[in-house]
Amino acid sequence: MFEVVRLSKHFGGVTAVNEVSFSVNEGEIFSIMGPNGAGKTTVLNLVSRFYDVDEGTIQFAGEDITHAPPHEIARRGIARTFQNIELFERETVLQNLLIAQYIHRKTNIFSDLLFLPRVRRQEAQSRRFLEDIIDLLQLQRYREQQIHSLPFGVRKLVELARALCLKPKLLLLDEPSSGLNPEETEDLSFWIEDINKELGVTILMVEHDMNLIGQVSNRVLVLASGQPIALGTPVEVKDHPDVISAYLGT
Amino acid sequence: MRFVLKTDYHRDSGLFRDRVQFSWYAALFIFVLCLPIVSGTYVESQLTTVFMWSIAGAGLMILVGYTGLISLGHAAFLSVGAYTHAIMLDLGVPMFVSIPLAMVLCSALGVVVSIAALRMTGIYLAIATLAFAMIVEKIVKNWSAVTGGNAGFKVAPPELFGWELDSTAYYYFCLLVLTVVMLCVSNLLRAPTGRAFIAVRDSEISAQAMGINLLKTKALAFAVSAALTGLAGTLLGYQWHYLFPDSFSMLTSIQLLMLVIIGGLGSMSGVVFGAIFITLLPDGIATVREWLPDSIGNLPGLEPLTFGFLLILVLIFEPLGINGRWQKMRLFFSQFPLYRNKTLKRQKSFLRTERVH
Repeated sequence: MFEVVRLSKHFGGVTAVNEVSFSVNEGEIFSIMGPNGAGKTTVLNLVSRFYDVDEGTIQFAGEDITHAPPHEIARRGIARTFQNIELFERETVLQNLLIAQYIHRKTNIFSDLLFLPRVRRQEAQSRRFLEDIIDLLQLQRYREQQIHSLPFGVRKLVELARALCLKPKLLLLDEPSSGLNPEETEDLSFWIEDINKELGVTILMVEHDMNLIGQVSNRVLVLASGQPIALGTPVEVKDHPDVISAYLGT
Repeated sequence: MRFVLKTDYHRDSGLFRDRVQFSWYAALFIFVLCLPIVSGTYVESQLTTVFMWSIAGAGLMILVGYTGLISLGHAAFLSVGAYTHAIMLDLGVPMFVSIPLAMVLCSALGVVVSIAALRMTGIYLAIATLAFAMIVEKIVKNWSAVTGGNAGFKVAPPELFGWELDSTAYYYFCLLVLTVVMLCVSNLLRAPTGRAFIAVRDSEISAQAMGINLLKTKALAFAVSAALTGLAGTLLGYQWHYLFPDSFSMLTSIQLLMLVIIGGLGSMSGVVFGAIFITLLPDGIATVREWLPDSIGNLPGLEPLTFGFLLILVLIFEPLGINGRWQKMRLFFSQFPLYRNKTLKRQKSFLRTERVH
């Protein structure tokens, strides 16, 4: 359903991503791993179109999205989270999640100005939908709290919830375990499996934590200095000689 | 402390938190409704001015407080609104047609400005809007065939369906307009459009990931903001009777910006607080002048100096403005013996510019 062909990105003289190709099947959990500076996050930023693609193509659900504007990506069914959390800090958890309903709105500025009955109905429907996600991730007790008063682990979860509120077909997770303690990471692996199984969302994940990858992902792509060096199941990849040398040096 | 028990989803999108809050607003509304009966013409005209500044402030608040875009040129929209309206009145167009037309023109102008200006952010945007305001000021000054230039332009007295509004009727008219504006803006902010504004303010990158078109949303914010400011301009024209290019100078733009900052960014009640402040301050300064020795009291720049000084104080000590202070006081009393000083203290976090994606 999702395919990247010979994707490259250069920053000045540095080649951050060099001819990376992979495809993600529907319903799969696909991980990208690699040492620092391998270009993992760059791949995600290329897919969500925050960076312009230098060479190669990105295909999603049979359509070419290589040059789609960034705000189009969410509408096409791709949601993402950020490594350093990009929530709307001064708003409550509920407000943060409601923003994700923006792309599904059926009202315009004029009906919003007058808050016509259909806006009111739409708001109630959005709220009703959010409740499912809140239940799934057990965020009930944080609903009315402002983001800046929440601990880091909860913020990560809120960001995950917000991405899910877009009702995506493909979810991009940028280092979901960074900043979490081992216990929270363990919980996270269950959430990811739940999201994948219960909501039927395909997941593309950039991750450092080998345990998490081993627990949840079907296939792993290993990058080093922008080059793909191995692709396979977590077990296969772990013992791959190129991977070992990329992590430990030769 | 009160806790709100929510039994259905509509409670989350209501205009008022609960009945108690609604009753307070209703009481306030009845109070301003009855005020002209007991007060003199001075209080009445001061309050009319507060209403008009509140409308202009609501316009700027959408832009600065909710979408996070700075404009140093909002006096231009006031000016365009006021002049368009006055000129149409002069041509015999009735008020209930000319006011909406002036608003439409202003919002169209807002969109044009935004197309040019929105590829910039922060200080560059501020400078671009400032330049726009100067262009408008020069046009108004020099196109004397239409605007009367420096000689001024007379505004026909307010007339609704053949009935001329006296100052009390005009007070009620402005109150009505303000109420409608406040309702509409509050509606906007609890609906998807307003949420998109707030998303753009808090994190552009995240807003994009949520499928929000940045340029379109910002242009929309500019359009709404310009329309409301233009509306305030049409009303101010009535109050001033004569329009001069100098009435809409850069100082007016800065005063408007001060209104929203001192009132409290990101709150609609802050707009009203700010408007009261802006209206009362010149009188306050005039009173203080009398107590001061002549050498200081007669300094010509005392007013802008005080404005600037107060703005700096607010930014240092109460970045959330009068509304922020008011919220803290309410929290203090609602939790009375248990209030802790650190409750509202925020963790120090990086400024946005220091953050690396």
